[in-house]
Amino acid sequence: MKKPRVRFLGQGWRFWLAVILIFLVAEWLVMPRMTGFRNTAWIMFPCIMAILCLGVNLIYGFNGQFSLAQWGFYGIGAYASAILTYRYAAHISYPIQGIVLRLPPLLQNIIPMAEITLFHFDAAKSGLLLVAVLFGGLLAAVVSLGFGYVVLLRLGSDYFGIATLGFSVIVQVLLINSDKVIPETKGARGMIGIPQMTSFFWAFLCMVLALVVLRNLIYSSVGRAVLSVREDELAAQAMGIDTLKYKVISFVLGSFFAGVAGGLYAHLYAFLSPIYFDFTKSFDPLIIIVMGGLGNMTGTVIATFLWAFTLEGMRIWLPQGFEAWRFVIYPIALLLLMLFRQQGLLGTLELGFLRAPKWPRKAAQSAPETGTAVNLAAEEGLQ
Amino acid sequence: MQRTLRRTVLSLRRRWYLTLIGIAIVVWLATRAAHNPRLFAQFVVDGIRLGSVYALVALGYTMVYGIVRLINFAHADVFMIGAFAFYYAATRFHWGFLPSMLLAMLVCPFLAVIIERVAYKPLRDAPRIAALITAIGVSFFLEYFSALDFVFTPNFIVFAPLPLKVTSFDVAGVTLSNVMFLVMGVGAFCLAALWYIVYRTKLGKAMRAVAWDKPTARLMGIDVDLVISFTFAIGAALAGAGGTLYVTLYPQIRTFLGPMPGLKSFIAAVFGGIGSIPGAFVGALLIGMIETLSSGYLSSTFRDAIVFSILIAVLLFKPTGLFGEAAKEKA
Repeated sequence: MKKPRVRFLGQGWRFWLAVILIFLVAEWLVMPRMTGFRNTAWIMFPCIMAILCLGVNLIYGFNGQFSLAQWGFYGIGAYASAILTYRYAAHISYPIQGIVLRLPPLLQNIIPMAEITLFHFDAAKSGLLLVAVLFGGLLAAVVSLGFGYVVLLRLGSDYFGIATLGFSVIVQVLLINSDKVIPETKGARGMIGIPQMTSFFWAFLCMVLALVVLRNLIYSSVGRAVLSVREDELAAQAMGIDTLKYKVISFVLGSFFAGVAGGLYAHLYAFLSPIYFDFTKSFDPLIIIVMGGLGNMTGTVIATFLWAFTLEGMRIWLPQGFEAWRFVIYPIALLLLMLFRQQGLLGTLELGFLRAPKWPRKAAQSAPETGTAVNLAAEEGLQ
Repeated sequence: MQRTLRRTVLSLRRRWYLTLIGIAIVVWLATRAAHNPRLFAQFVVDGIRLGSVYALVALGYTMVYGIVRLINFAHADVFMIGAFAFYYAATRFHWGFLPSMLLAMLVCPFLAVIIERVAYKPLRDAPRIAALITAIGVSFFLEYFSALDFVFTPNFIVFAPLPLKVTSFDVAGVTLSNVMFLVMGVGAFCLAALWYIVYRTKLGKAMRAVAWDKPTARLMGIDVDLVISFTFAIGAALAGAGGTLYVTLYPQIRTFLGPMPGLKSFIAAVFGGIGSIPGAFVGALLIGMIETLSSGYLSSTFRDAIVFSILIAVLLFKPTGLFGEAAKEKA
């Protein structure tokens, strides 16, 4: 018997230490060395996109439902949270003075800043951002529960894809006309004046949380049921799995992720336009998850960063006068990838904590009743 | 046909509320029509005109889907290339309408067959998502490559001297134009030609056989690859004609003009039951009329939302579309 270990969300202290280390390296070593624009486009935006893509991957990669509606839920989440902060962010403020550390000159060669601040933030505004982002996510989840239940009940495969594509188009049309009900959104002109509150901390935190939640879900009994729907719906039904229930669960959770990503996106660029939520862009998350490998969480995250890095990077790398070529090079790369590596960059290879856990056989047998996620995780932790 | 009708009637009797909604819509339309019959007739005529263009594009989608189960997103951009071929033939070479259209109908099949051979054929046994992503990639490539400065430029180009003179005339208060008759005539002719090819020739028989069961068709000595390429070519020729008619109706041309009419045509194909040729035609006419009626009577800014809501509603109650056969929907 090992001693009980400290665990949070099913992960031990080593994992969370690694997360903090990665965060600090990015925040102190990498980000000060780049311009603000590149920080946003190469580090913060991919974090947000990764949340969206993890949601799409849950629905398409793990559950096998071809959905293009997540782009619409992304828009819903973005606008819902932006309206909330647009109204209240200017009125509240509760700054907390953190610790300010002056760096010795020797250390400044490594960390290119004169001083670093710790725990220096505005509590009220951060709280509002959190509430707004959660509100966006929950609104997306509620809408997706209604839409998903009705549509998933009747439609499958390509027809479901078309219905969800229609949903994205409808959302865009509603956003264009939204200024008739909510004047702040300014309809087709685009919403300006959203407080810019998404920092790297929030984007990174949400991405890690989404990753951990998705990982825990996939390696639980719910996750096995979700996977079984993808593998063979008929066989899953024969085993007594309520396939509709698991389809709706993954659809709603994926939409929640999309809504959260939308909320973060709205406060990253501080500008929203219905043009961005056009249906032609709804293929982007799909392209990313196929690039990384369907049903592969590591692949999704890596592919998101690679996608954003190359697409934005081509603006810089391409010689003067050839900037328009980046969307010519991008589809060619996509075609070559599909021709020579259909399983995506990583295939089924998961890395690090995202690998399937090896449950001890005895624990699985002696698990009381059914091996739910909580039971199994608790058992493994107690051994 | 009769069986479909009887089944529809039966299912309507079971779902009486659907019948009620349908009657409500018809009554509402009738009151609006009685209020101003000329306006209503104008909307219907415009809808048929628009629907004929959608029909030509929808046929390409529905045939390709029927035969390889692929939503061919590049089809909308083949349509765009057809429009550009027509534009260049008409304005640079000063050809007449018909030769220009024939050029568009020749350029598009070449392009489509090249796309099919290079991009889709190697992926025929791959998972379907790979082919779909490839289709999206081809679509991006065509749009952005043709938007480069030395190709077509990314700007809107006004189609200045149209190769035919638009003359409009009044018939009982409804404005008709020669373009409208042209659009409907070309649409009807293409449909008739397609019907002849698919149902009265050996190649058409082979197409239907491949759509039904690919391995068995191959065992029967049918050259499946050739038939698939031929299907792409026919669909692209129709899309070329559709592109020609589209820019004649809306004389403004741009490399990004494809996706929205392409999507409308695709949902028209879904509406009529994907894989069914008469279904695509009827669906396209319906979508065209829904579009003009909803933008005329309800709101032009909400038009797309209304069209897609109706699509989702129809799919929910008839998941295979209006003319779709459930038996064809195999795994």
